[in-house]
Amino acid sequence: MEPLRFIDKPLTWGHAGLMVLMAVAVLAVVILFVTYAIYFERKVIGWMQFRKGPNRTGPLGLLQTVADVSKLLLKEDTIPAKADRGLFILAPALAFIPSFAVLAFIPYSQHLQFADLNVGFLYYIALSGVTTIAIVIGGWASNNKYALLGGMRSAAQMISYEVPLVISVVGCVMLAGSLNLRDIVEAQSGYFWHWNFLPQIVGFAVFVVAAISELNRTPFDLPEAESELVAGYHVEYSGFRFAFFMLSEYVYVYAIACLTTILFLGGWHAPIPQLDFIPGLIWFVLKFAFVVFCLFWIRATFPRLRVDQLMGLAWKVLLPLSILNIFITAACIELFGMGG
Amino acid sequence: MIRTEELLLNVGPQHPSTHGVFRIIVRLDGEIITEAIPVMGYLHRGTEKLAENLNFTQIIPYTDRMDYVSAMTNNYVLCHAVEKMMGIEIPERAEFLRLIVMEMQRIASHLVWWGTYLLDIGALSPFLFAFSDRERILQLFNELCGARLTYNYMRVGGVKWDAPEGWIDRVKTFVKDMRLRLDEYHNLVSGNEIFLSRLKGIGKYDADTAIAYGLSGANLRSTGVEWDLRKTEPYSLYDRFEFDVVTGKNGDCYDRYLCRMGEIEQSIRILEQALEQFPGDGETMGKVPRVIRPPAGETYVRIESPRGEIGCHIVSKGKAEPYRLKFRRPSFVNLQILPKLLVGESMTNLVTILGGIDIVLGEVDC
Repeated sequence: MEPLRFIDKPLTWGHAGLMVLMAVAVLAVVILFVTYAIYFERKVIGWMQFRKGPNRTGPLGLLQTVADVSKLLLKEDTIPAKADRGLFILAPALAFIPSFAVLAFIPYSQHLQFADLNVGFLYYIALSGVTTIAIVIGGWASNNKYALLGGMRSAAQMISYEVPLVISVVGCVMLAGSLNLRDIVEAQSGYFWHWNFLPQIVGFAVFVVAAISELNRTPFDLPEAESELVAGYHVEYSGFRFAFFMLSEYVYVYAIACLTTILFLGGWHAPIPQLDFIPGLIWFVLKFAFVVFCLFWIRATFPRLRVDQLMGLAWKVLLPLSILNIFITAACIELFGMGG
Repeated sequence: MIRTEELLLNVGPQHPSTHGVFRIIVRLDGEIITEAIPVMGYLHRGTEKLAENLNFTQIIPYTDRMDYVSAMTNNYVLCHAVEKMMGIEIPERAEFLRLIVMEMQRIASHLVWWGTYLLDIGALSPFLFAFSDRERILQLFNELCGARLTYNYMRVGGVKWDAPEGWIDRVKTFVKDMRLRLDEYHNLVSGNEIFLSRLKGIGKYDADTAIAYGLSGANLRSTGVEWDLRKTEPYSLYDRFEFDVVTGKNGDCYDRYLCRMGEIEQSIRILEQALEQFPGDGETMGKVPRVIRPPAGETYVRIESPRGEIGCHIVSKGKAEPYRLKFRRPSFVNLQILPKLLVGESMTNLVTILGGIDIVLGEVDC
């Protein structure tokens, strides 16, 4: 089966209709993921804290998130009197759209990919930067001092961490000789020690730290640091606008977990080639679930960093490390003929 | 030309990290605090004034509500003051019970502090771990006096209820478990790199400053001053037990953390010894006149509460009610250093420093 590649095909009504249909399918998958990721997160953290987690709404509490979201959607839509109305309304949408758009290029298996872009990873970086703007706009438009501080922190943090995030991936790109995510996965075929997380251990470490920071999750959840800034940039948001901010946050969890799987954990490849009879999609989902679980695990364990330490970590530790990683990778390719 | 201005931020009284209804008005230059003005009194109930129309037994429940995280020590300080004025002898069993509940209360109080402090710093789980341990202490208190928070357990001359059947054994089991749990807590938190970088060198002051501000408890001991009233001015039965005064060196938030964690361990030590020596039987109330009328005069006693030195000053005119009753509340006194510590710090450190002082608003506002 040939991968679906809309970009190569002429834009007819049929293809356009198919594209919309596919987009709706992704949206459904993502919303299902977000619903149960939230449930799973609450359960996992609950177990780690000797609690039961949600278990009242529906069997095993499976409908908890559904109920929560319905509540948010039915809430009165409040906009603070002194807020900048236009921007206040714009911000949640602006945060969500790029988070969803970045999902188009993710190759789930050999056959399942919505847009096979040659600049795959750059596309992600370019679009996810837009969400930062939305967060700053949201913090600014709320006309609330806590929201403003949260928004500013978020801008500083996301800009700082995008740099090591991009540079840490360069090693993988060099090994594969391509920015195309499909090629990067193909370059990791073979046994599990061919996956990038071992040859690119430094890059992997930097990527994980920078990615968690990009997600604004513990221990980098400063923009919404509850104990200092109450809720940060979305303190004035309620109802479905708040739901959109949360949604985009979890969609980014989805995107980052996918990216980690693709760039460092061998994508759809089985750990040993003998297990290749199991479909690639299953391997992908397993690795993906593991990454998501680790994100939740970290959240239940770590305290939060301080703003100044956060910046120091990005510029003084992660950035030099990731640049060093490029040099070492280049040297290895040149001297030992690693990679393509 | 960019115009910059200072930001006047109102933190509290409904802020999640002020541990109650405390308010700080901070002036921010970016995220750096240039001035901090604490505002308190949202929980003021006029306990001292109310006490002037109540007899001493009636005042005891009011002390429960001052430092509601550590009600037992508050009970004790009032009873102790009256007993000292009237020269009442306390039966040994009653005194043992008092000491055991006070040390259990100290553990419970430090656990609340530990959990909420880590919540302030951004770690979610320790809060629930701490509260599940505290829950066991509250259950034991519940068995003893039927209340979980405001115990009203002690009386002038002894305690209201004797320990029920098997209670001492259950406390022994708890103490044994608590020791293991404490090791776990150290494993989970104390060495965490992020945690260390958040606390080390933050909110630093030296011993002279601490004494000048009248600080007490872990806030004072973290600077290296060995001042624990259980050791320096032993009351109750504390001179019978072996324990150390935990002190720090640097006087920063991390040393305060270590002091409090060390105090949990010392309390466990005291409890282990006290439970071994607990007398098998005996009275729980001493010989007390029907109406408690301390002789005219005044007295001041002080004991070591989990938050520091809690004092009770009674002025009596020989009546059943005190002429004037004054509590030295450690939370209130310890809080005075806050505006000084906050200047030049960031918003994030505000939470760290305020949490490190360990205040209970019921006691601050009284």
